[in-house]
Amino acid sequence: MSEVVLDVRELRAWYGTEGDPVRAVDGVSFEIRSGETLGLVGESGCGKSTLGRTILGLLPEGSATSGEIRYRDRNLLAVSPKEVRSLRGPDLGLIFQEPMTRLDPLVTIEHHFMETLNAHEPDLSHREKRTRSLEALAAMGIPPTRFKQYPHEFSGGMRQRIMIALALVLNPKVLVADEPTTALDVIVEGQILGILADLRRNFDTALLLITHNLGIVAEACDRVAVMYAGRIVEQGGARNVFAEPAHPYTRALLDSIISLGTTGLKYIPGAPPSLIDPPPACRFHPRCPNAMEVCAAKFPIQVDVAEGHSTECWLHGPQEEIPPGGDQPLEREEIAIAEEA
Amino acid sequence: MEAVTVPEVQPRSGEDALLEVRDLRTRFSLRGSFFDRLRGREAGSVKAVDGVSFSLQRGEVLGVVGESGSGKTTLGRTLLGLAAATDGSIKFEGHEITGLSENAFRPLRRRLQIVFQDPHASLNPAMTIGESVGHPLKIHGVARTREEIESRVVEALERVGLAPAQQYMVKYPTDLSGGQKQRAVLARAIILGPDILIADEPVSMLDMSVRAKILELMIDLKRELDLTYVYITHDLATAKFFCDRIAIMYLGKIVEIGPAKEIYADPKHPYTVSLLKAIPEPDPTRTVPRDLPRGEVPDAVTPPLGCSFHPRCPRAFEVCGWESRDLRALLEARWTRMPEAEYRAEREVIGSLESLDEPAMSAVVEPASGHSAGEVLEIVDRLRADAPDDPFWTGVADLAERDGAVAIRFHDGLDPRDVESGQSRLQCHLYDPDALAAAEAVRDERRSNDRPPSDRGMAD
Repeated sequence: MSEVVLDVRELRAWYGTEGDPVRAVDGVSFEIRSGETLGLVGESGCGKSTLGRTILGLLPEGSATSGEIRYRDRNLLAVSPKEVRSLRGPDLGLIFQEPMTRLDPLVTIEHHFMETLNAHEPDLSHREKRTRSLEALAAMGIPPTRFKQYPHEFSGGMRQRIMIALALVLNPKVLVADEPTTALDVIVEGQILGILADLRRNFDTALLLITHNLGIVAEACDRVAVMYAGRIVEQGGARNVFAEPAHPYTRALLDSIISLGTTGLKYIPGAPPSLIDPPPACRFHPRCPNAMEVCAAKFPIQVDVAEGHSTECWLHGPQEEIPPGGDQPLEREEIAIAEEA
Repeated sequence: MEAVTVPEVQPRSGEDALLEVRDLRTRFSLRGSFFDRLRGREAGSVKAVDGVSFSLQRGEVLGVVGESGSGKTTLGRTLLGLAAATDGSIKFEGHEITGLSENAFRPLRRRLQIVFQDPHASLNPAMTIGESVGHPLKIHGVARTREEIESRVVEALERVGLAPAQQYMVKYPTDLSGGQKQRAVLARAIILGPDILIADEPVSMLDMSVRAKILELMIDLKRELDLTYVYITHDLATAKFFCDRIAIMYLGKIVEIGPAKEIYADPKHPYTVSLLKAIPEPDPTRTVPRDLPRGEVPDAVTPPLGCSFHPRCPRAFEVCGWESRDLRALLEARWTRMPEAEYRAEREVIGSLESLDEPAMSAVVEPASGHSAGEVLEIVDRLRADAPDDPFWTGVADLAERDGAVAIRFHDGLDPRDVESGQSRLQCHLYDPDALAAAEAVRDERRSNDRPPSDRGMAD
């Protein structure tokens, strides 16, 4: 097995508000190995984007973090902001959702690449920088003839490829891609997912792919982590999780996908909870079809359901921790039809 | 988890079409530069909708599916008079509605309503949900007294599941979730009792977990209120669930239209086939499809010659409309795969590439100064040797050194026309006997030219 590049332990990221803090990431642990793609999925507002930003040290002022993000021998939460900044790019790359707004309309593609390389690899000669840039662009299918063009001369899909090339030109060890294909058409999305899949083979990059689309995870990721209300409720190999989802939330999320094979419309009743004041104990219990008494009373404990596949759900025990009678079905209030995301 | 099965919806036959669209065109003229205007030169136009025909039966759900830039949104807006049709006809219950003045159109809007993609942008942030939903009643002067408006707003809100209505009426859009906002927008759309609802990507901004709920609501509303839908979307998966018929749009044209069952079970147009293939499936045993069409939807200002899809089509052949820009794309794709030094060596030989950007059925590739046409020809030969099976080469009628440059002539391209296949109608040369015959003739000619000259006279 390849080496673990990013090891996240008990990570918390809280935003300050006028009242109580928003607990967007609330005790999350996972690791990514080099050349591996981890898909991070969940509904809007589950904290998945915040998690990506925390890893990159991009949280706004007034937020607080705790836990550990181990990258090589360092804890990224403990090093100085200056050091994190120097890591961002050559070590920790990122790709955002909206390619339209992330390139400077006033300068050429060449300028974008030169600026990046000047900042992070000033010792390279101009010629080497050029070669590196053209290679990165070519890997994304952007012809070298277009190096001196401006962002507006490219389509949305091409701009997103340029953004990916711009992240890859520095050969980052870890790449965080936050909904990289959401704004794109389905065929272009397929093309870019293909590129990202090649990436992990050719560049040995560890990729954290943040998405709300489980179809994308199934096709492009090795492992998957399912996030709900600030917690990772299940993680494991993509095949295992899709074949035998352990957490009722994962199951519900899988069922709610509308794909070509869908035969009945299914959805998750209710809405994701507020992260300021999430439900006690298991955060999914008010929406969970399998909720038991214990789910509303006691915080679930992480258990392994298979090799490398774990979940936080009382349905999987541990039995000795469930108080007597705790496995009785939970009496719940009915969720109104319009209580939804 | 709540599961719902969708009832089979059959369009009632025998009735006249509710909406009859014939050869509809919507063009937007482009603003040229100051100098263009001084010289009185036209800056050109975008053919957003370019000759679209279909009919919509009462009670039917028609899916209009396409990528961005396909013209699907403009089509929806044109049906509602929100964009002016340049040409063609739209008949609503037999009455022509194109070219109507805003005043003449207004009463029709009670019967034709639209729901947009972004529920947040569709609701006035300064109005309560009750005011927004009741607003159409005021505009159209349908209900005048406060009590009357309120009772109809309550009814509409409860119908879309925003119950108890009193609780939601006083809220502002920011207080609601995305799904709730889209429910409010639907309430506003149905409050006037429309016949046709045009829904433009109504669920694509919503989370996966609520999409099903909003679609289910739309199915319920259709049944309860006897609505007819035009469902505009980029997503063939939700359309499959919802639509009786599907129209696939590409660069302003309907390239395939037919019963949903047939489109999904037996897609015919290569574009439809690729759209279906590209949808990510929640099945980890499947990997990202590798054989997707290259490139993206081209610029609608200067669409490709012949069939608009030919540059991306894996099954394109002789008569699909090959042209100069395809050669540039092929050269660039080759250079993308090459190490920089080799690319430079080849690029230096070829003069300006811009001459290939002007759409033409022939192409002249000039050598750069200090280089010869022979060197250019060598590159083109290598290009061919690299990918001899690329559909592009079927379109090349003649390739030779001429007047110090390399000249390429392409076979005459044909514009696709409507052909019937099964219960579908499509625009693809693969299904057009005349286009196939034209291609066969081209192949025959090539075969006879390939024969040594001594045989030629004896062949016929």
